[in-house]
Order: sequence, then structure tokens, then C-alpha cells
Amino acid sequence: MYVVVNYTRRLQTLAFNLGPSRYQGVTRASITSQDRKSKQNLSCFRWTHLITLVHQYSTRISNSKPCQVPVDLVDKLERLALVDFRNQEGLACLEKAIRFADQLHVVDTDGVDPMDSVLEERALYLREDAVAEGDCAEELLQLSKNTVEEYFVAPPGNIPLPKREERAAMFKHAEF
Amino acid sequence: VTQTTTTTQSVVGLEIHAQIHSNTKLFSGSRVGFQAPPNSLVSFFDASLPGTLPVLNRRCVEAAVMTGLALNCTINRKSLFDRKHYFYADLPAGYQITQQRLPIAVDGTLTYSHLGGRKRNEVVTKSVRIKQIQLEQDSGKSLHNDYRNQTLIDLNRAGVGLMELVMEPDMSCGEEAAAAVREMQLILQALGTCQGNMAEGQLRVDANVSIHRPGDHWGIRTEVKNINSARNLARAIDYEIQRQMFVLESGGTVQNETRSFDGKTGFMPEPNLPPLMVYEACSTAPPGVAPSQVVVLEEVRERLPELPSVRRQRLVETYGILPEHSFTLVNEDGLMDYFEAVVRETKAGPRKVIGWVMNELQGLLHQQNLSVSQSPISPQALAQILNLQENGQISSSIAKQVFQELWKTPGKTAQQIVKEQDLGMVNDSTEIYRICQKVVDSHPDQVQAIRSGNKKVLNKLMGLVQKETKGRADPVLVRAILEQKTS
Repeated sequence: MYVVVNYTRRLQTLAFNLGPSRYQGVTRASITSQDRKSKQNLSCFRWTHLITLVHQYSTRISNSKPCQVPVDLVDKLERLALVDFRNQEGLACLEKAIRFADQLHVVDTDGVDPMDSVLEERALYLREDAVAEGDCAEELLQLSKNTVEEYFVAPPGNIPLPKREERAAMFKHAEF
Repeated sequence: VTQTTTTTQSVVGLEIHAQIHSNTKLFSGSRVGFQAPPNSLVSFFDASLPGTLPVLNRRCVEAAVMTGLALNCTINRKSLFDRKHYFYADLPAGYQITQQRLPIAVDGTLTYSHLGGRKRNEVVTKSVRIKQIQLEQDSGKSLHNDYRNQTLIDLNRAGVGLMELVMEPDMSCGEEAAAAVREMQLILQALGTCQGNMAEGQLRVDANVSIHRPGDHWGIRTEVKNINSARNLARAIDYEIQRQMFVLESGGTVQNETRSFDGKTGFMPEPNLPPLMVYEACSTAPPGVAPSQVVVLEEVRERLPELPSVRRQRLVETYGILPEHSFTLVNEDGLMDYFEAVVRETKAGPRKVIGWVMNELQGLLHQQNLSVSQSPISPQALAQILNLQENGQISSSIAKQVFQELWKTPGKTAQQIVKEQDLGMVNDSTEIYRICQKVVDSHPDQVQAIRSGNKKVLNKLMGLVQKETKGRADPVLVRAILEQKTS
């Protein structure tokens, strides 16, 4: 499954929790305009974060038993990651992913500082404060589907996730 | 305004975002500017195009370090950059590069003053702790086009360097917050690290306000945002305090509406930037590295200019003026320069000049809502009036009159006005003697009162003499003559 395949690559972001995604509309628009494969990446991205959040809860609540993810938690995760996975397959997949991630605990990291990046020992380059770029409004505006008088156009406000009942109706034909 | 009643105490904390005064942005080489054509100051990185990377601006690091030193902070030799993720149209990358985990400076103090006391002429000094100073990116601007129900995005501001100055909630009312902000503005302007213009968005202040009963835990915080002047900030904070008190007194609970983020989610280390290292002295910097690649605290410290608090003290010591006058001189834009210019050009002592600047000049400026730079009377013109008075050509009350006249007709000189309206001092002592005699003769009751001990009545007689002479008589001489006649 694509989730598991990309999962190992994403493990380094285990410290990361995705905050509430308030701007569903822009996310989708910006992703499709950037990268063909991004939709897949986005789902993995969101899965990773679901897993991270659940992992935190699962280690706190019960230590090494196969965990039942409580309904409240599922609800919160769905809201945060904008992924609808409220079905047997979804939950089973989630639990498998958590088991997989638990393998990290086998490694003894006592006395080892966490690493942010393999490049973190390098010197940070300091740039001189002289103007060297910009002045390319036309070029940038061409990249956007929708512009008005040299402004980019975005949909107004943030589109919140619809309530549970509404979502069920909206997504009943979608895969998770 | 005291915000501590017998039942509730108010707590105010500030978060200040100061736009760094630099030529280019924090992580890209596009220009920092105000009111440029939309999206003309935007580089590929600012637009968050794939494949672009952040490159840190040395000037921004120096600005943050200098500000930290001026506020007595501990400068972290190693600081880290993070990504703060949230979705908003004016944040094209979907994250803001900031320094949440380990900022460049921590644990400082801002000492500020305001004029308190019953007559608002006592300098009251307070301090607020600075929790941390962090470097971060500004976001773009979103404009709402209601007609077509669209949001328009201008990324000119996206990526501009900000110093976020986080203060501990050590304040309790709008006046304190406004005074703290004003002092911060003056410090940043003196350092040159931020121009501090609130109306142009160079200095943005958010206030967190909560109230509680003495001894209780602090109440829910609400946020006051988007204020464009220190005065409005004070008002908005006081209003919010009052509103919360009203809510509590009516039995309700204070709701926090603004915060959707708990402030702890959405962070990850910025993988494209290694830690930022600064060094205490050239000797501790890594050998063989070009000077342009190293920020050294010793050097920055040497370049620290005179801070407002030091300047106030210097004015008191140099000119012998009162602390509250010095406070006002530094607080009002341009007033100190004005004062010093007058002192240079006149033989009148600084203490006399300060009286004129505080009363006559400030009086008219406030009345007509003008700034010092808009004053119709230049420092040189005021100096001339004072010189006429010092030379004995006009009396003190006439001098004030000339000032008022000159305000209305700035094209003329003081001498011209004195000549045209015949305001020159009446020096003819026989003439004054005659007028004094006349006044004394026509007011026997007052003379009697003075003779029997009520010396204050002499002022009334003086007033009458001055009326006769249209204020042109030397008051010292008049007083002497009258005293002699009524003894």
C-alpha cells in the first residue's frame, strides 16, 4: 500500500504535528499546480501526521497492547488532517502503521542529541544586504490561473471541514 | 488610570513585531519597501516556488543582536530556525520560518517611564521583562475585494525580516502598555534596527489581556490586535479590560475567540538552515573564516548608539533641566533638537528656554494638533524673541505676546512685530513713575491693604500699571516703584 511504502521516508518528521488546516481550498489548489505526484504525497503527508498524533496518545494511554483508537481521537485526527478514514479498513491501516512506527522504540537513544538535518554541522552562510532579485511581477503572475490587476486571487477566508454528518453525505463515494 | 479595584486585577502582555530596517528581506535578496506596485518586490523564493532555498541576511542577524544587547538580553550563541505551519492565502509556502525552539536572544528588560502623579509631571519608571527576541518572516498582505467576494494577495511583504519581541505579562493597563511601546519605538529608532512607524505597519503590537481576582489563577486571555498607534493601543486595552470586568460582573465567562492554534502544534525544524552561530569576540570566532561570515558581539556592542534613557540623563546633566522635561523632550519627535537649537542661539539660560518650549511652544502645537516639525516658529525665531527679552528691549509678558503674533504671521521677524506694534520696553522711568503714581492715587483702598500687611494686593496694582503701559513696562522696575510708594 502506498502509505506503508512512503512511511519509512517520512519517519524523520515524527516530532512534527500538523496544526489545524484551516485553508483546505488553497492547499488543494496549490498542490495540484505544483506537483503531479503531490496528491499522493499529500495523503502520505497527512497519514504521517495522523500516525504521529495517534502514536503520542497510544504511548500515553496503553503501552504495548494493540490499541483501540477511541472515537473522539479519530474525530480530532480527521479534523486536523482533513482525511476521512472512518471505516474498518482505514482504522486497521492506521493501527498497522502505529505498530510499524513503534519499532523506533527499540533503538536506545540515551545521551544522544536529536538530529535536525544531516547538514546541521555546516556553517550557516550569511548573505550581504544588497538587492539582487525581485522586480518580476509579470513572470510570477503568469503562474497563477486567477489574477486581478497584478494581485493573485485566492478564495476568501478558510473553508472549515464540514460536520461529521455532512461529511458522511459528501464522501460516501470516495475512497479513504 | 489604575486598573486594580478591590475585586479584580488586570494583566497585560505584549507581543511586538518589529520590521527590520534592512535593504533586503530575511531570506531573499528582494527589496524591502512600502507601497510599491503589487508583487514587484517578490523573488522566486518569496513566492515559494519549488526549488528555492532560504539564504539568511547578515544585516538581520546584526539587527536582532543589537536589539537584544540594547534590551539587556542574553544572546544565544547558537540559535535555531523552525517552520511554523498554517494555511493562509498570504503565506504561500504554507509555513513561516521562525525561531520558536531556540531564539537569538532571551531574558531581557525594557525599562520605560510615563508621566504620572496627580499633575502628570512625575516621571514614574517601570520595567517589563523581555522573554525572547526571535527572527522570523513576515507574511504577505491580503486585501478583500467585497464586490467580487475575492481575496487579493500581494506578496511584497512576504519574507520581510521581523523581530518578534515577546514580553512577559508584567503590565496592568493601557497606559503602561502604551508607554512601554513608545519606549521600545524610541530604542529601535535610536538603534536604527526598526523605523518603528506603527501606521505603516513597521511596528505591530498585539496585546493579551486578562483579569482575575487577587489570589486566583489568571483568567482567560483575549487578544487585542491590529492597532495602528500607541494611543489607540492604550484605549483598546483599557476597553478590553472594562469589557471583561463587565462580563464577569454580569456572571458570564470570558471567551477566547481568536486563538485557533494552541501555539504548540505545527512546528518542525527548518531543514534547510543549519544553526545560527554568533561569537563573543574575534578571538573566539572560527579561524580562517571571512569576517563577512561572522557576527561578533563585541563589534556590535561597540556600535551601540546613545539610548533614549542615557540621552534623557545627559540632557538633565548638561542643561540642568528637570527629569520630566527631559522625558518630554526625548518623547516628542524633534523636540530635543528644537530645544538644543534654541539654546545654542540665545543667551537665555536653558532653564528659561525649557519653560518656553514646554509651555508656549507645546501649548500651541497641541492646540493646533501640529508636530514639532510643523511649527511656524523656527528655533532661530524663538531664540530671537528670547534675545530681545534678555537685552531688555521687551518685557517678559510682551515676549509672550510677540510669540503668539509670530505664530500667526511667521513671515515676519520678532523685531518687525515689536516695531510695528510699538511693543518696545518703556524705559523712560519718569513715564513709569507717573503711571505708578496715578495708579496708587486712584486706588487708596488697595494701598491701605498693602500697608497693613496684605502684600499680594501689590500684584493687582502691578497689573493695573501694566495695563496702562500695555505690558511694555519693565516689571522689575514697576514692582520696585510701587513697593516704595506703598511702604
